[in-house]
Amino acid sequence: MSLIVVQVIVSGLLIGAVYALFASGLTLIWGMMNVINFAHGDFVMLAMYTAFMVWTVLGGGPAAAVPIAAVLLATLGVLSYFLLVRHIMKGPMLAQILGTFGLALLLRYSAFWYFGANFKTLPDTILGAPLVIGGIRIDAPRLVAGSVGLLVTLLLHLLLTRSALGSRMLAVAEDATAAQLMGIRPERMQAVAWALAAGSTGIAGALIATFFYTSPTVGETLAIVAFVTVAFGGFGSVPGALVAGLLIGVIEGLSAFFIGPVYKDVVVYLLFVLVLWTRPQGLMGKA
Amino acid sequence: MWSRKFSLTALCTALLALAYAGAAAAQQTVKVGAIYPLSGNAASAGNYSKAAIELAVDIINNDHPELKDLPLAAGTGLPRLGGAKIEVVFADNQGTPAAGQNQALRLITEEKVQALIGAYQSGITVTTSAMAERHGIPFVNPESVAANLTERGFKWFFRVTPVAGDFARAYADFLKEQKAAGQKVGSIAIVNENTEYGNSVASVIREMFGKEGLPVVQVIPYSANTTDVQPQVLQLKEKNPDVVIFVSYTSDAILYAKTMKDLNWKPSIMIADDAGFNDPSFVSSSGSLVEGLVNRSSFAPGKPGSLSALINDLYKKKNNVDLDDASARAMQGMLVLADAINRAGSTDAAKIQAALRATDLKANQVVTGYNGVKFDDKGQNILASSLITQMQGGSYVPVWPKDKAAGELKLPYKGW
Repeated sequence: MSLIVVQVIVSGLLIGAVYALFASGLTLIWGMMNVINFAHGDFVMLAMYTAFMVWTVLGGGPAAAVPIAAVLLATLGVLSYFLLVRHIMKGPMLAQILGTFGLALLLRYSAFWYFGANFKTLPDTILGAPLVIGGIRIDAPRLVAGSVGLLVTLLLHLLLTRSALGSRMLAVAEDATAAQLMGIRPERMQAVAWALAAGSTGIAGALIATFFYTSPTVGETLAIVAFVTVAFGGFGSVPGALVAGLLIGVIEGLSAFFIGPVYKDVVVYLLFVLVLWTRPQGLMGKA
Repeated sequence: MWSRKFSLTALCTALLALAYAGAAAAQQTVKVGAIYPLSGNAASAGNYSKAAIELAVDIINNDHPELKDLPLAAGTGLPRLGGAKIEVVFADNQGTPAAGQNQALRLITEEKVQALIGAYQSGITVTTSAMAERHGIPFVNPESVAANLTERGFKWFFRVTPVAGDFARAYADFLKEQKAAGQKVGSIAIVNENTEYGNSVASVIREMFGKEGLPVVQVIPYSANTTDVQPQVLQLKEKNPDVVIFVSYTSDAILYAKTMKDLNWKPSIMIADDAGFNDPSFVSSSGSLVEGLVNRSSFAPGKPGSLSALINDLYKKKNNVDLDDASARAMQGMLVLADAINRAGSTDAAKIQAALRATDLKANQVVTGYNGVKFDDKGQNILASSLITQMQGGSYVPVWPKDKAAGELKLPYKGW
């Protein structure tokens, strides 16, 4: 295998880890409350602008931007839950879908109004020079984003499956009334789920901003991949999002390199349809 | 007492009548619909174009005696329509041909505009101008360069910008000159976004280069709305061509600039076909990563005191950036349309169409570096032209042809 093909795979894994990080917040909300957050991409967009503001106003790099974005976005998540989601959950399915979609547009056009349509980028040296191992170049921002992506996904998974808080959250997801009878407050658990999901989205956004451009519509561009990743990996499954993200990254890279960039989506979506055909619940979702 | 009251009432009535007459005169406006990408991935470029069109309208509607060569600058409004003002209704094409088409229909049927201008992306100009053609409304296209736009036999379509063939010719001449000067141009790659704009420009360049004996060894079409361009850059890295020509919009241009540095690959001559690489937000965010990038432009501010420099100053005062090429061309389009409406002396669509056909602006009467504006039977401006610029120290400097150059061409490409 030639060096350049190894580079294609490595680059694919790096972007794939970012897709996984991006998608884990989305899948978490689904697993907890059976709600699709259509504003997810725009949450990421706001986190990217947070990173940009932290850099331009405070002069801080990602080390400062990541915690700030996590806290800000977690707050936004809780606010969205109490002010919007809690109410639309009582409405018909369509209201739930259109409710978060409306939130997405509100956030996107607020960003247009406040930040303007200009593309912003952080200095490309903000995380140092790329790593070169045996001729393979590993871009530092992507490596950091990818590794933190893996770590956050792992922590979320452990939290859900190994902690008392996670058990309570899952209980609410399974049967809110029964959980309430057991002394768990469903609303509090769901607010925690929104805080966790939006907080991890904040981390994702602040890291993606180190190697991607930031604009009011960037969430739209990235969200398509996030939805595919979630469906591919299985709705509600955090490890599923991880596996699917990495797979999509590598398949995209290889098909773009060998067949051509315009065909990569054909290959990815064909595979996506085939997987859903044989496993409608996704790679690692529960049937 | 009574008489004083009376005279006061009379005065008020007279004043009211006067105010009413003034209002009636002010109400006479000519409505023009402008369709641009105000949201979506090209929103940055679209909003700069909007600002440039607003400046054109300001110049037409208000008195600007200092811009004496520019038609309609001195005096207010359109003199042959009794000083009527131009009112532009902007509509957002959202970066999609379908949204552009809907907006065109809305502007024509609901806003009742007398003419349309737009729509930045070639693929969207296709659908919006088809609406105008169907309804018999003049459509001025200031900036879309896909070759086939003027090959549709349209009667209401007028394109002010130079087109793909002109650029391909300029690139071919430029590269042959560099080859003669000892630069490597033995293998050429074209990387193009795959909508109307990128595909048509790439195929015209390929055809022209084939005739000129310039070897195109690699063509990489891709989707502009992409999250990752690493595979494209690795494809280039593998073939390692001497020259690469990018035909890209803004978001993808930024990703290419970053990714080429990340993967440490550059050609000896890198050419960008305007569009994304000329967007002021590309220049400010990524200019330092593409030092020595060769580009094309139809606008350069020029010497202080020249018409283009004065216009650039006016634009910069409002928007805090230099007037870029695409926005300058949008502005020129608006000025051409206003000039035609004025000469038509009417808001009748057929009369405006006839006036557009008779347009004859000289080189000194235009803001862009065109040799003038004059349309052929297909609606193409036959006097449009462009020059070659190079990124030097964070801004584009005209470097070719020599008689229009403001700086020395520096090769090979430096990058970051």
